[in-house]
Amino acid sequence: MKVAVLADIHANLEALRACLGHAEREGAGLYAFTGDLVGYGADPVACLNLLADYATRGALLVRGNHDESALGGLCEDMNHVAREAIYWTRAQLSAAERDFLASLPFTARRNDLLFVHAGADEPGNWNYISSSLQAARSMDAAQAAEIFSGHVHQPSLFFQAGSGVARFQPVPGVPIPLAARRRWLAITGSVGQPRDGNNAAAYALYDEEERRLTFFRVPYDHMTAARKIIAAGLPERLAARLYRGE
Amino acid sequence: MESAAHLKSGTKIAAYGVQEKLREGGMAVLYRVAPIDGGQPGLLKLPKLDFGSHPACYAGFEVEQMILGRVEGPHVPRLLASGESDFGPYLVMEHIAGPSFAEYAAAAPLPAEEVARLGAILASALHDLHRQDVVHHDLKPSHVILRENGQAALVDFGLAFHGHLPDLAAAESGKSLGTPAYISPEQITGVRGDPRSDVFSLGVILYLLATGRLPFGDPASMTGLRRRLYFDPLPPRCVVGAIPEWLQEVILHCLEVHAEARYATAAQVAHDLMHPDQVALTARGVRTKRAGLLVAAGRWLAALTSALPPHKSPTAHLALAPHVLVAIDTDCKSEALFQALRDATRHVIGGERHWRVSCINVLPPSLLTEQEEGAEIMRGLHMQRLIELHHWAQPLGLPQERLRFHVLEGSVVPARVIEHARASHADHIIIGARGSSGMRRFLGSVSSRVAAEAPCSVTVVRVAQGAGMDI
Repeated sequence: MKVAVLADIHANLEALRACLGHAEREGAGLYAFTGDLVGYGADPVACLNLLADYATRGALLVRGNHDESALGGLCEDMNHVAREAIYWTRAQLSAAERDFLASLPFTARRNDLLFVHAGADEPGNWNYISSSLQAARSMDAAQAAEIFSGHVHQPSLFFQAGSGVARFQPVPGVPIPLAARRRWLAITGSVGQPRDGNNAAAYALYDEEERRLTFFRVPYDHMTAARKIIAAGLPERLAARLYRGE
Repeated sequence: MESAAHLKSGTKIAAYGVQEKLREGGMAVLYRVAPIDGGQPGLLKLPKLDFGSHPACYAGFEVEQMILGRVEGPHVPRLLASGESDFGPYLVMEHIAGPSFAEYAAAAPLPAEEVARLGAILASALHDLHRQDVVHHDLKPSHVILRENGQAALVDFGLAFHGHLPDLAAAESGKSLGTPAYISPEQITGVRGDPRSDVFSLGVILYLLATGRLPFGDPASMTGLRRRLYFDPLPPRCVVGAIPEWLQEVILHCLEVHAEARYATAAQVAHDLMHPDQVALTARGVRTKRAGLLVAAGRWLAALTSALPPHKSPTAHLALAPHVLVAIDTDCKSEALFQALRDATRHVIGGERHWRVSCINVLPPSLLTEQEEGAEIMRGLHMQRLIELHHWAQPLGLPQERLRFHVLEGSVVPARVIEHARASHADHIIIGARGSSGMRRFLGSVSSRVAAEAPCSVTVVRVAQGAGMDI
């Protein structure tokens, strides 16, 4: 089975549709959405409806910190732009969408794969995995050969090596064989708000039989996504960053 | 009990049956196997995963499996199968009988022509690997095997680097990786993925074949290993007086301490070894002793302060050193076309630092060459064409050591151009289009056939024609 892994969609419908279409053409048979389905973008309801549809067809979904914040709380750990977007998002959601978000687990498993939005060591604490040390903590905590995470919006691949963990900067479109007997942690990059200077949406596809992981970048209609953000009255900065991918 | 290191004949692994154990190294065991349903025998490799074996054994195996799965062509063994067996992970690859270059090295010193022949074969194989974004990083005579068709295949990719895949080999140890006698200075300091590191190891092999000695010995300590960061080897001609200057030039050019001062690509080494008469001789070729202590001290100081170069993939390195082939029809009398070809050449080499330009022309073989008189005429024609090629290149004002000139013989011009492009690993061909349609109708278009069949990019240069002309 080829598993498409999509992280940090952030209510960006254009990016989500583009990635789903791409994954389908690549032969994806299963979809995993690793959190932060909403927040920042202008289409939370449309995105959640689409994702609920995938969920009924067997997709795996986990909760992200933005999804949790959309359900309530003071969002004290967020910057004011993120917080403003969350308050706006809350106003859009009906009971059905809230129930859907509230039903999301912190982690999801499939055989030896683990899906978790942030650090697997304390899934509800939303630890960023931005160093080999933090990746090692996740690997130690999770009883899984391959971990797929998001939260950090820059794609990277961590792997167990020697006495520690090493990091690799994946090249889009190049399949990477994930050797068995080694643990791997993939940050698949953000679908809806890329931040590595490349404005194309990011996701990854894992071929379970071949044990090959491919990171993809998918150009999408970011101008429409940005226009909708402005039209919704969300902070303009959120629109601008979609153009630059930062 | 049967274990990976002691498989009985007839044991089945996937679709293969074990025939006999060929070698047992520190890292892995090799068996000759044959497909159960018949066919060519293969080579089975099983990593040593026993209790107490070094984790690097497995990393080396993983790297080899990963890289063999990504490279192709005659210069690497084909990967036939890989996976998990009752005896742990395995891979089956094409069995290339040999001989390996170790057998040639054992007979060294070899005559210069033989060194050049073997060296060109090896350098061509190496360039093909580099073009696939891989640096071998453990090049030595026993890792080079000669195929029956005369091409070299490189084996043992346990330390190799792929520009687009995780560097499992380096991540495993974090130390310098390679074989002490052959490792490049920058590899000692931990630089990975520079194709010129393999060019250095190629230089060590050439030195060994030409002199029978290793240029830096076989150091056992880190101090001994680091000597090559500061000291040059003894010039080959001091070891074997009969070595021609051009060969010493090539060998020492490969063995430059700084990667920047070496040949930029293995293709350039192959080309020089195939055309000794065109090797641009410098002080390296006639040197009779090592550089003095002052130079060594300077290198030592520089090594203290130098930072690691920015990381680039192997193919990004090659992109800085394109080999540009300009096919020039000396019979064409259009100065405008000659000028347009020069402009295109300048444009293609652009800002790249290590380009080479080969100017070529194809001479049809004459029926008269059998006779003494005919041969004389051909020599004259050949010389005349060479002079015209030089004349074409002169206004470019390019440094002589970057230019090569070849008058090739062949009855079918485009086929000969393509063959030469392939043999010389050209990255780009520049060729003029015939202006006159009458000629083209009669002879067929050379440029369009070259553009269709070339192994690389082709720029077809055409001079703008006046309105109303038949084009």
